[in-house]
Amino acid sequence: MREPSVALVPAPGLRRIAGLSRPALVLLVLAALALISIACFMTLGARGSWSFIIPFRGRKLLALCLVAYSVAISTVLFQTVTNNRILTPSIMGFDALYILLTTATVFFLGAGALTGIDPQVQFGIEVVVMVVFSGLLFRWLFVGEERSLTLLVLVGIVFGILFRSLSQFMQRMLDPNAFQVLQDSFFASFATVDTSLLVVATVIVVLASLIMLRLAHTLDVLGLGRAHAINLGIDYRRTVVTILMLVSVLVAVSTALVGPITFFGLLVATLAHSLVGTSRHRYVLPAAALLAITCLVGGQTILERLFAFDTALSIIIEFLGGIVFITLILRRAAR
Amino acid sequence: MIVADGVTKSYGATCVVDGVTVTLPKGGITSIIGPNGAGKSTFLSMVSRLMSLDRGTVTVDGLDVTTTPSDVLARRLSILRQDNHMTARLTVRDLVSFGRYPYSKGRLTTGDKTHIDAAIGYLNLAELSERFLDELSGGQRQRAFVAMVLCQDTDYVLLDEPLNNLDLKHAVSMMQQLRRAARELGKTIVVVLHDINFASVYSDHIVCMADGRVAHEGPPDRIITSDVLTALYQTPVRVETIDGRRIGLYYE
Repeated sequence: MREPSVALVPAPGLRRIAGLSRPALVLLVLAALALISIACFMTLGARGSWSFIIPFRGRKLLALCLVAYSVAISTVLFQTVTNNRILTPSIMGFDALYILLTTATVFFLGAGALTGIDPQVQFGIEVVVMVVFSGLLFRWLFVGEERSLTLLVLVGIVFGILFRSLSQFMQRMLDPNAFQVLQDSFFASFATVDTSLLVVATVIVVLASLIMLRLAHTLDVLGLGRAHAINLGIDYRRTVVTILMLVSVLVAVSTALVGPITFFGLLVATLAHSLVGTSRHRYVLPAAALLAITCLVGGQTILERLFAFDTALSIIIEFLGGIVFITLILRRAAR
Repeated sequence: MIVADGVTKSYGATCVVDGVTVTLPKGGITSIIGPNGAGKSTFLSMVSRLMSLDRGTVTVDGLDVTTTPSDVLARRLSILRQDNHMTARLTVRDLVSFGRYPYSKGRLTTGDKTHIDAAIGYLNLAELSERFLDELSGGQRQRAFVAMVLCQDTDYVLLDEPLNNLDLKHAVSMMQQLRRAARELGKTIVVVLHDINFASVYSDHIVCMADGRVAHEGPPDRIITSDVLTALYQTPVRVETIDGRRIGLYYE
């Protein structure tokens, strides 16, 4: 007979306020903030008929939420699997890889490849290629015996530069019309989100999340590091490769929708970890996603409605994220 | 019984473990001693599937460690290495609870909780159980990790230098607890030790490694002798019998 299952220990060592543990309280506050941002985004400065505003802003809202969710989840998963708190998929050049793939498609098949076929189908194909490539590339980096973090940072930077230079090289050789088509999709901009991919992006994100839920119980164990994870019976190679593939799918989604954003993931993952105060993924993952939604949707609302700015949000986010990155590196060096 | 047959590992041109063939008996405490760079840790990592083997085989009670599913082995054999740097922020109780993962896959049963409390009590961590690991001293953290491995409740427990960071009192009590686990719970404990006197007093079986090979093996009274230890460490070691225990003196 199976023993009765009891609830997991409620994150001990944390002070309770109004009967709630600290992580639960943090999640409640973050959820409220995210909801307020969403409400403001949908209603502030709305003039004209709601039947126009709701679908118009709704599409943009959905895109921002998908990007926020993908960036947050992919970063937290990546940091857990690689057992570090400094590297993120974009610092390791995952999004540069996506751009290289898209550029290569146009370069070898012509601009017709981008305009001719349904963007949703094209995106689906790119995601598959991305998964295969990143699977091969990052497998030898992260799956074998442990490597030093310094080596990983350097390899990541070298790969990032390689992918970007290759893309730029091909972009230079393209004819101006094809380049125009391509460039449109690469500017990181939250004001002009590419909404043509919403349906396929939503489907992909939901599928990725379902696979993640099935692996959810391994995440906390993987966070202990490779040796402990193997000791506790995780099928390390398979699990890590699966999670890295999920990460590359999510990166593809966010890059396709708004373009590359280097430090945003680092910003929300670091904040989420320090706010919830424990490394339990059941708290960290939702906290990071809610924070990302608040940052993107709230930040976009403030900039668009209060300051009438348009493209500055990515700059502000990169600025803050860059500062977090430098702080983390300096704190590590000081130790 | 752990049987290693022709186990070999090289990094580039350097052979770290060179065709080790050895049988670690079931039950009791087996110590692995030897100078730095003798390949002790590498050997232990290969036995516990943390590292791949270049050549050779390792079986644990007949199960080949390279082909047996990891979660089956996790209920037979546990390993704790020296370096346990942790990026995750966990309390002692959280960490010890992970020892039940091979059985519960994250959903702790009441039976699991009994094991967790027992392991925490076994290493006298009850007062620290709600503290975060990064708030503990090196020795306290070391005990928390050993508690996790004991909580895993495997027949074989492999520990790489478990006395690291421990003061005299805690080192002695750690070895006594390991001996109790071996005698009372019937566990097989394999430890890498640097202190030959701890190895002499607490082991049932000693394996000496040098230059990636097994130099000697046998019960303590055959290994802890002036000849064997002097040759093994390339340093004069005198062995005296004090209260019936063989103690090596090397403080010249």
